Amino acid sequence: MKKLINDPRSVVDESVEGFGLAHADLVTVSADPKYVTRKDAPVSGKVGLLSGGGSGHEPLHAGYVGRGMLDAAVPGAVFTSPTPDQILPATLAVNSGAGVVHIVKNYTGDVLNFETAAELAQAEGVEVRTVLVNDDVAVEDSLYTAGRRGVGGTVLVEKIAGAAAERGDSLDAVAAIGDHVNSNVRTMGVALTACTVPHAGSPSFDLAEDEIEIGIGIHGEPGRHKIPMENADGITDRLLEPVLSDLGIASGEKVLLFVNGMGGTPLSELYIVYRRAVQVLAERGATVERSLVGNYITALEMQGCSISVLRLDDELTQLWDAPVHTAALRWGV
Amino acid sequence: MLLDVKWAVRWLTMCAEAMAENRVWLIELDRPIGDSDHGENMDRGFQAVLEKLAETPPETPGAALKLTAMTLMSKVGGAAGPLYGTAFLRAATAFGDALEVDPAGLATALVAARDGIVARGKAESGDKTMVDAWTPAAEAAQAAAADATGNVLAVLVAAAEAAEAGAVATDPLVARKGRASYLGERSAGHRDPGAASSALILRAAVGAAA
Repeated sequence: MKKLINDPRSVVDESVEGFGLAHADLVTVSADPKYVTRKDAPVSGKVGLLSGGGSGHEPLHAGYVGRGMLDAAVPGAVFTSPTPDQILPATLAVNSGAGVVHIVKNYTGDVLNFETAAELAQAEGVEVRTVLVNDDVAVEDSLYTAGRRGVGGTVLVEKIAGAAAERGDSLDAVAAIGDHVNSNVRTMGVALTACTVPHAGSPSFDLAEDEIEIGIGIHGEPGRHKIPMENADGITDRLLEPVLSDLGIASGEKVLLFVNGMGGTPLSELYIVYRRAVQVLAERGATVERSLVGNYITALEMQGCSISVLRLDDELTQLWDAPVHTAALRWGV
Repeated sequence: MLLDVKWAVRWLTMCAEAMAENRVWLIELDRPIGDSDHGENMDRGFQAVLEKLAETPPETPGAALKLTAMTLMSKVGGAAGPLYGTAFLRAATAFGDALEVDPAGLATALVAARDGIVARGKAESGDKTMVDAWTPAAEAAQAAAADATGNVLAVLVAAAEAAEAGAVATDPLVARKGRASYLGERSAGHRDPGAASSALILRAAVGAAA
């Protein structure tokens, strides 16, 4: 294992400290309990928006703290959900009295820890609503699994719900917009290589040189199945087809197309995937109205990507275009 | 012999030793069907428990378990933190303020711990989770406590042996809860890390009483 670290046990501490130093104009970092808040939090009269999860997905979530997006991000250990003793004080820190929305990716650990924190916050008189993100079509949503995972769609939920909170929507309205985004976005990912969790020291699963893993999550956990390596167009088709059929995209619809890198794939390759995805959408008669291409929700140094498609309506487009000023997303400012 | 606070502190200390010793093994179990963090999280959690026990020495077994519950909930993260936190909290509540615990009280606490895990995680037997260690353990403890010759050590041994067998029996199961459930059929052939760490915890309870 070759990594730019000092000690596997201090990876998150030192990384978050560095993040705070680099973006001191945007955020405040609390070292213990560990969380990141928007510099001017709590913003008077505004609903607070908080997300969190395991570290290793950077820039998610701390990279999205700032005007027009999150008020707080709560990082856990690498690939491990944060704990209620972090989530609760972060919730209190961004509550202006208008309540706080928790954006939670659907993993057993995240759900349990955020549930506990929400109960504790409510006991302290803070109204909390939870938006559960579960956009991963690789997982069968049935009684026999923990349900679909929250993956690429999380970034879109955070941006759009953040814009709704910024324009002054109520607690219930912000949560409803978040749910609306979640129910209109689907994602599927692929891994070309596994990633190595610093404290584990070896790759998180085995993948031969000529194999890829389809239906990958963002925690280095294996996906749906292994197949032999294919070219970019072939892989793009494999990822996009289940996304579009699950979402039921019809001719004439407008979409946001999000091609996300897993951390170890160059941007040039992501654009090759994007190119093919646009062709497939055009064949279906759908129009790509907005795009996002880059490393926005990653799995350490994993090579691979995910494709997310969000069905747009006028309101979602307007909220997507609204100004945002964070470390990782910035426009209109 | 009854179980007192010295046993409880010894138990938690031996849990911490077991997690440190088995940290890499638990990470390896978690690697193919999870995300390689279970050993790291359990080790970190129980080291924090040791620090808390040294800071504020408990006076009853129940207090020791409650301190453990709060520490695991706040330090472990993932699913294991809230699940083990709930288990220790329910067991602590069952012990109450008692200075000593008898076989029946011990079995009741183990059943309460199992019920807490089921309530929080909503998993059933056969889902390939820690429930598959805790349910046989709780049932074996009840049976051992009901035996007229039963003593606390016999109850603990019965629980630990049943948990170990239950953990081994998760090997062929297809996961239906937790992160391993994403793998579907491919989760078969691997031991559930949560069931494995549960067996370590219950084995430590025997060591502390022996």
